[in-house]
Amino acid sequence: MSPLQKTAAVILCAIFLLMVLGTILVPAPHFHQFRDVPNASPSTAHPLGTDALGRDSLSRLLYGTRVSLLLAPAAALLSTMIAALLGSAAGFLGGRFERIVLAVTDLSLALPWLFLLLTVRAMLPLDVPPMVSVVIAFLMMGLLGWQASVRVVCTAARGIRDSDFLLLARSSGCKPARLVLCHVAPNLRSLFYAQFWISIPLFILTEANLSILGLGVMEPMASWGNLLRGFEDFSALGANPWRLVPLILLVIVVICFQLVLPSQEVTQ
Amino acid sequence: MIRRLCVAFVLTLVLCWPSFVSSESASQSGGELHFCLHGEPKTFNPLLVEDGQSEIVRYLTGGVLIRLNRQTQALEPALATSWKTTPDGRTIIFHLRTGLHFSDGTPFTSEDVAYTVKALMDPQLHSPTGDSFRSGDGQVSVQTPSADTITVTFPAPVAGLERLFDQVAILSAHSPKKEMAVLGPFYVADYSPGSHVLLRRNSNYWKKDKEGKPLPYLDSIRLDIQRNHDIEILRFRRGEIHIINSLDADLFDRLQKESPAAAHDAGPSLDSEFVWFNQVPTAAFPDYKKVWFRSTEFRKAISLAINRDDLARIVYAGHAQPAYGPISPANRFWFNSALPVPKYDSAAALRLLAQAGFRFDGGILRDSSGNHVEFTLITSTGNKPREQMVTMIQQDLSQIGIKVNMVTLDFPSLIERITRTFDYEACLLGFTNTDLDPSSQMNVWLSSAENHQWNPKQSQPATPWEAEIDRLMQSQASSTSDKKRKTDWDRVQQIVFEQQPFIYLINRDAMSAISPAVIGSAPSVLDPHAFWNADVLRLGPDPSMGAQK
Repeated sequence: MSPLQKTAAVILCAIFLLMVLGTILVPAPHFHQFRDVPNASPSTAHPLGTDALGRDSLSRLLYGTRVSLLLAPAAALLSTMIAALLGSAAGFLGGRFERIVLAVTDLSLALPWLFLLLTVRAMLPLDVPPMVSVVIAFLMMGLLGWQASVRVVCTAARGIRDSDFLLLARSSGCKPARLVLCHVAPNLRSLFYAQFWISIPLFILTEANLSILGLGVMEPMASWGNLLRGFEDFSALGANPWRLVPLILLVIVVICFQLVLPSQEVTQ
Repeated sequence: MIRRLCVAFVLTLVLCWPSFVSSESASQSGGELHFCLHGEPKTFNPLLVEDGQSEIVRYLTGGVLIRLNRQTQALEPALATSWKTTPDGRTIIFHLRTGLHFSDGTPFTSEDVAYTVKALMDPQLHSPTGDSFRSGDGQVSVQTPSADTITVTFPAPVAGLERLFDQVAILSAHSPKKEMAVLGPFYVADYSPGSHVLLRRNSNYWKKDKEGKPLPYLDSIRLDIQRNHDIEILRFRRGEIHIINSLDADLFDRLQKESPAAAHDAGPSLDSEFVWFNQVPTAAFPDYKKVWFRSTEFRKAISLAINRDDLARIVYAGHAQPAYGPISPANRFWFNSALPVPKYDSAAALRLLAQAGFRFDGGILRDSSGNHVEFTLITSTGNKPREQMVTMIQQDLSQIGIKVNMVTLDFPSLIERITRTFDYEACLLGFTNTDLDPSSQMNVWLSSAENHQWNPKQSQPATPWEAEIDRLMQSQASSTSDKKRKTDWDRVQQIVFEQQPFIYLINRDAMSAISPAVIGSAPSVLDPHAFWNADVLRLGPDPSMGAQK
């Protein structure tokens, strides 16, 4: 691991630690509105100032970090597992099954997911608690975000299918399930890790976009997505640069994930 | 020395004269006013107008018999010098100005008014403007005893009859240009779909200023078709457009910081924001919630527990007023000023809830059966002020132990739920009102109406107070006495205040942006806020805004 990667890993750990200890560190509940001080500048009471409704920005940032950084990896794990299962099976079995899987993948890549998500949200019951709504949003992302990874995994599995070591295993009487679990999957593990790490920032950004559309995390909960909505008023950012902190944190986390990624590929 | 000074003075005067002259003439006449339409006008036929863009074109081009002064809210003579309504409220007699011509030179007579009224009331035309005049079965009779007199008789009395003529642009009966021949201050000279509508000065316009000079002062108005509000404000900052007719509080504040002279807040408008609970008997949520929503005490308690002052101060940055009833204080004649102004009082709300059998225990409100009081409030996605209001209401109601869940829906889904499936518990929306006369709200207040949102299309009024509102609404609609109508409407406002079927939150201010280059502007709370007096607007120099001529 290079010094840069170590630094990135340390930063990520620090952010995760802040996220876990957030409830102890925050000056106020993330939803409490201090209505006498909306849009306040940083002060000792509110180190990152307050938002338009007077809510403490640091509290919301820490709470939002927890929501985004816990659920985005969970969604990434789900989508990677689906991609691993479908991609490995398609690549390993080949033939008609591979064609069907790739056709379904292409079809789902071509679908207008934004409108489908809008429809799904409209069909959901309204009395869903906010936390359940958040979990549903990330679950949908996990269930719908596997397509690009499937193609990558399938191509890699196809390469392994005709390899000498697999031929040897097959000729030794190895059964298909054992072939997949003991020979194919370990050789694709580095690829699964890579897909997992790549998906995390992707889902964080997707959640940000969904929140902007009113589909993701609903008020009064906080997430990086709805914190980024404050940037609609660009002219106010110049006068209040501390409002850029959520964006800076998002950029740092995405960069750190990307920096950590190559080390995983090398070590596996 | 003196001679040299005199020569220098004369030279200076000669050299500067053209600029004096041009600046004088610039501030008196000429120039092209620019502003934006937020979509394509769907029609140029003034009788078929139903969208906001076409309404702007109609307002600027149409000549009407009676004009509602947007500032004084009084009716003023326009093409008609005087008018008289008969005591039965069915007949109106107009005396017209003589010697007037349409923009294409065709003479204006009572025949044109008769032609317009007949076209307006033609059932084949389906004129949205004409719908307001339909008071009963039967034909409208039009008589033209002379070239400057016309009598229109309706089959039944029409409430607020004179005011309705503010919307009726007179068409020419004989012009080959049909509806493109107009009597208003401007006429449509060019329309390029997706780009602009160009209106030019109508040299035959009847109105003159106090000095007898013909109006309008402007040579033309260019209406650029621009759907994006951010681009619109960017163009305003660059000086490419002179007017933004309606601004939200965020944009207004930004503009006020950059150019205080350009930001105009005319005060509370007729528009309101409100919350209502779904009281439809077949709605798809548990019966115990239906009991809460039908309880007057429950609705009044919710109303008392919402801090409207905070909504106006924080969400609208002070550019809104707390609202308590269906008529805005901006509507001077119809507003019931005798109604009390309740203050935010969560303790009083809890007392009311206790009277209705609710218990506040451990920070949680429960009904008499022990159910935790919790409901979902829906509003439209992407409307920041509404989302912020819901968030603030969440905190306000948490003070009395009520949990509010917020769900934002795209507008078509929201409309589907509130008008067809009734699959929602409570909703926050707004009402954009362009008409001073509350008769235009018949489709909201009658219990049989589709827009009676809390419980629409009732075959029989579900409650005695809804039956009383029905009776009062029908009574005022068939009355010709403004005093009687006002009495009826005051009572309707009182019932709405007592029952809170709609919990009114705020009346937004009418905010607009007008370049300092525009001379003669007088922003009004009534639409069109910024250019209602377009015929007397002028363009002067404005280096700060880079105004174009």
